[in-house]
Amino acid sequence: MSAFAATFTDAVSLLVTFDHRVAEIVGLSLRVSGAAVVLGALIGLPLGACLAVARFPGKSVLTVLVNGLMGLPSVVVGVVVYLFLSRSGPLGEFGLLYTPPAMVVAQTLLVVPLMAAIARQVVDDAWQRYEEELRMLRFSWWRSVTTLLHDCRHSLLVALLAGLGRAMSEVGAVMIVGGNIDRATRVMTTAIALETSKGDLALAIALGIVLIFLILALNALAFGLRHWAIRRFG
Amino acid sequence: MAHALLNRLRVFTAAMLVAAAPAAGAAESIVLASTTSTEQSGLFGHILPVFEKATGITVKVVALGTGQALDVGRRGDADALLVHDRVAEDAFVAEGYGRYRRDVMYNDFVVIGPGADPAAVKGASDTPDAFGRIAGKAATFISRADKSGTHAAELRFWKAAGVEPVGQDWYKEAGAGMGPTLNMAAGVDAYTLSDRGTWANFKNRQSLAIVYEGDPKLFNPYGVILVNPDKHPHVKKAAAEQFIDWITSDAGREAIASYKLGGEQLFYPTPR
Repeated sequence: MSAFAATFTDAVSLLVTFDHRVAEIVGLSLRVSGAAVVLGALIGLPLGACLAVARFPGKSVLTVLVNGLMGLPSVVVGVVVYLFLSRSGPLGEFGLLYTPPAMVVAQTLLVVPLMAAIARQVVDDAWQRYEEELRMLRFSWWRSVTTLLHDCRHSLLVALLAGLGRAMSEVGAVMIVGGNIDRATRVMTTAIALETSKGDLALAIALGIVLIFLILALNALAFGLRHWAIRRFG
Repeated sequence: MAHALLNRLRVFTAAMLVAAAPAAGAAESIVLASTTSTEQSGLFGHILPVFEKATGITVKVVALGTGQALDVGRRGDADALLVHDRVAEDAFVAEGYGRYRRDVMYNDFVVIGPGADPAAVKGASDTPDAFGRIAGKAATFISRADKSGTHAAELRFWKAAGVEPVGQDWYKEAGAGMGPTLNMAAGVDAYTLSDRGTWANFKNRQSLAIVYEGDPKLFNPYGVILVNPDKHPHVKKAAAEQFIDWITSDAGREAIASYKLGGEQLFYPTPR
């Protein structure tokens, strides 16, 4: 117990003395995961909404598939993206492996099913309520999708936050496609893994505390923004 | 309309990918696939700034086990390799994946175990005897089991001791890097084999200590290899060769020799 407590005390004292190297790592984490969430939202939210509104054979199979892919292991995504981006792989000529863009690609693949599944559920609930109205207004199928997405925008925030949480906390994919290169592709989770391997548990926990607070702060910000927007624009 | 939208999406995607990339990317850089032992011992943090200052070339280190690093080289995902498994290195060059290999430095392996040393490894006459004592007492041993250079060396020592450890109850195959393996050994009071550098920089020791060291058989040489540009034309040959020339030059040797941790020198440049 005392060793456990000592590790935490060390961690807190390390937090006080954080230098710019840690700031760089935090910055890259935010840039990579932020880009992945934006791209993931552009693909995942319309995909989920289409899945809720459209009627086509095999719809339930696709729904189960998207829901199931929420549990996609990040290591598997990492290995698959690695094989594609490797110089010997089909997209090797772009030389993206071991660069931040490769990490964005991997994390985007991770968050798309998650965001699509949440968006599908949210939009489906709304669709049940407004289907009659939208049909009477003779809205086209695509117009219904965009209208519902717009109407549900406050509820869809949770899809963005879930995506951000998943992207920022995963380590398997960015470790493989980023390589955890110092000052190039090292993000918070790979830095934590590295410090753990070095047996520097205090530094690992200190970084973990920063990561958790960062995710909490982003959630608080989103919460506040949502309330402000609802009050301001209704 | 749909086409224009698609085009805008494409531009946007590219912009997002670029936004994620660090702003400064103009300087030349090479990818060096290396081992966890060199990265986690802190050696690269000490010598690479010296090289970068002298040449302006950034070295991006991807730290893996030796077997994995050789694989990355085989696929053409690195420009140069710095690894420690002489047999596998020579095979890599012979197969045409590497242009050439040069000696760089060496350190040694140490046998790590619980301070109480239940298998009495401290009194061993040589390394195979030390391994034989661990097997004789069926004391828990954690193996890297990750095709790293250290794993390859460990398997040679078991063979020399006449022991077949795989499948035994006391032999745990971690499938992990040196640091995680040491974390496991610390957690369950087990024996393991480590390179001296990672051990020296390892902080979560608990009751672990060096129980056997100093046998010439524990010698651990590192070599640098240029990935063959004939196989992978995108290899940055000029920059990678500049690095290889530097790390084997007097300046590079001096940088390696001057890396000390707690007053202890961890790597020795290979004598000419």
